[in-house]
Amino acid sequence: MTIINMTVNGVPRQMAVDERESLADTLRNRLGLTSVKKGCEVGECGACTVLIDGKAVDTCIYLSLWADCKSILTVEGLNRPDGELTPIQRAFVEEAAVQCGFCTPGLIMTAVEIVGTGKTYTREELRRLISGHLCRCTGYQNILNAMERIVEEAHKVAGK
Amino acid sequence: MFDVQKIYRATSVEDAIRALHRMEGSILISGGSDVLIKIREGKLAGCTLVSINDLQELTGIVMEEDGTIKIGPGETFTRITEHPLIRQHIPVLGHAVDQAGGPQLRNVATIGGNVCNGVTSADSAGALLVLGAQLEITGRDGMRTLPLEQFYKGPGRVDLNRGEILTAIRIPQKDYQGFGGHYIKYAQRAAMDIATLGCAVSLRLEEDRQTIADYRLAFGVAAPTPIRCRKTEAAVMGKPVSSRLLEEIGQLALGEVSPRTSWRASKEFRQRLVCELSGRATAQAVKHAGGETL
Ligand SMILES: Cc1cc2nc3c(=O)[nH]c(=O)nc-3n(C[C@H](O)[C@H](O)[C@H](O)COP(=O)(O)OP(=O)(O)OC[C@H]3O[C@@H](n4cnc5c(N)ncnc54)[C@H](O)[C@@H]3O)c2cc1C
Ligand code: FES
Ligand code: FES
Repeated sequence: MTIINMTVNGVPRQMAVDERESLADTLRNRLGLTSVKKGCEVGECGACTVLIDGKAVDTCIYLSLWADCKSILTVEGLNRPDGELTPIQRAFVEEAAVQCGFCTPGLIMTAVEIVGTGKTYTREELRRLISGHLCRCTGYQNILNAMERIVEEAHKVAGK
Repeated sequence: MFDVQKIYRATSVEDAIRALHRMEGSILISGGSDVLIKIREGKLAGCTLVSINDLQELTGIVMEEDGTIKIGPGETFTRITEHPLIRQHIPVLGHAVDQAGGPQLRNVATIGGNVCNGVTSADSAGALLVLGAQLEITGRDGMRTLPLEQFYKGPGRVDLNRGEILTAIRIPQKDYQGFGGHYIKYAQRAAMDIATLGCAVSLRLEEDRQTIADYRLAFGVAAPTPIRCRKTEAAVMGKPVSSRLLEEIGQLALGEVSPRTSWRASKEFRQRLVCELSGRATAQAVKHAGGETL
């Protein structure tokens, strides 16, 4: 076992992890953060995506010991005190971008990174930016609709 | 859980070299996007890993005093694409590594891992070859430098001895100043796919903006390792750019490649791609070098 220090969803944590563990395993099994899904476990599907120091990463191929001194954000960390959804989550719901929901948490985290730039993107650019996620249900159109909407909303506010 | 015996997290390059010697059969791991996949596939069962992930010594992109651009092998594809020095001086490299995998992969995959993995489809390889990349390799007994071209020993095999680490990739100024380049990745999908064929060109024009002063051409997946086409390059120097020359380049290149049939594509299709992509990449590189659009 190895001791690591990481901030998870704003909370500093010191924990003992098995050095053979992936960050997906640690987040799910030790911290109960089950929004982190395990699909392919080889970096192809994006279901396990979280933000590490603000960057989207597939946690199934990321060793937990690398997360030492890093800041992790998962969908659970987006929760607001009043239980309200964030605008990104709301856009996914309202645009019917969710069917079975397995790919959704990963896509939301990628969306958080994209929206955080405050830039605008064409639909084609957004398509490329979500290419690390597989969705077997929606056919992607509604996901792209939701992404377009939030990118535009964020741009109106941040306006870069 | 990954099927590994032990993972040692090195605190410095020197520490990593010592660990590689101390632990028989241990494997270096950087971003892990090749090594961890192999472990998942059961290929390295019970192995010992020495991690150089996030070692500060191995990151950084800087211009040295003589204009050489030095890239730390621990730099990720994302950082390379976004870095101002890369964008200004060697955009062909930033563009090439931006074609690999998807965004989450590019946030962890390192250029050092891409080079040392040694596969012919590596997206950084063609661009680095035409940029005349020099590798700095550090071992217990010191450092040695060799051109990337001499680093490849066969499919997935590179010139690294036990306990040696790639510690820098250098692009000399004479190999990028005044050059324009382009990389084309042909794949079956627009993202998250390995190249069926990759073609990189870098060239410099004479002051007339029509005559080729220097020309470099490299391919991935056209041979067991990434290759440069030296004969084609020599034949093109000093010639004026024309659509006939573009065709000639394709034909000449065919004589230097040895593509194979795989499930992705047949040998014949890859040969077609060698002709077609070399012409297209050259035309684009001419544009980037300040020449006329063909
Ligand atoms: C889903 C997915 C998609 C991919 N798509 C592409 C693609 O489109 N194009 C592409 O080119 N690649 C692709 N790859 C392969 C991989 O991401 C790249 O080869 C990447 O650059 C490897 O870097 P790494 O740091 O993750 O390597 P690691 O797995 O850490 O290491 C790779 C190899 O290099 C050695 N090594 C690493 N650093 C050093 C060093 N400094 N000195 C000596 N040896 C070293 C390791 O021992 C190992 O043998 C893909 C991988 C995945 C999982
Ligand atoms: S589970 Fe991590 S990418 Fe599929
Ligand atoms: S909603 Fe089912 S996989 Fe995307």
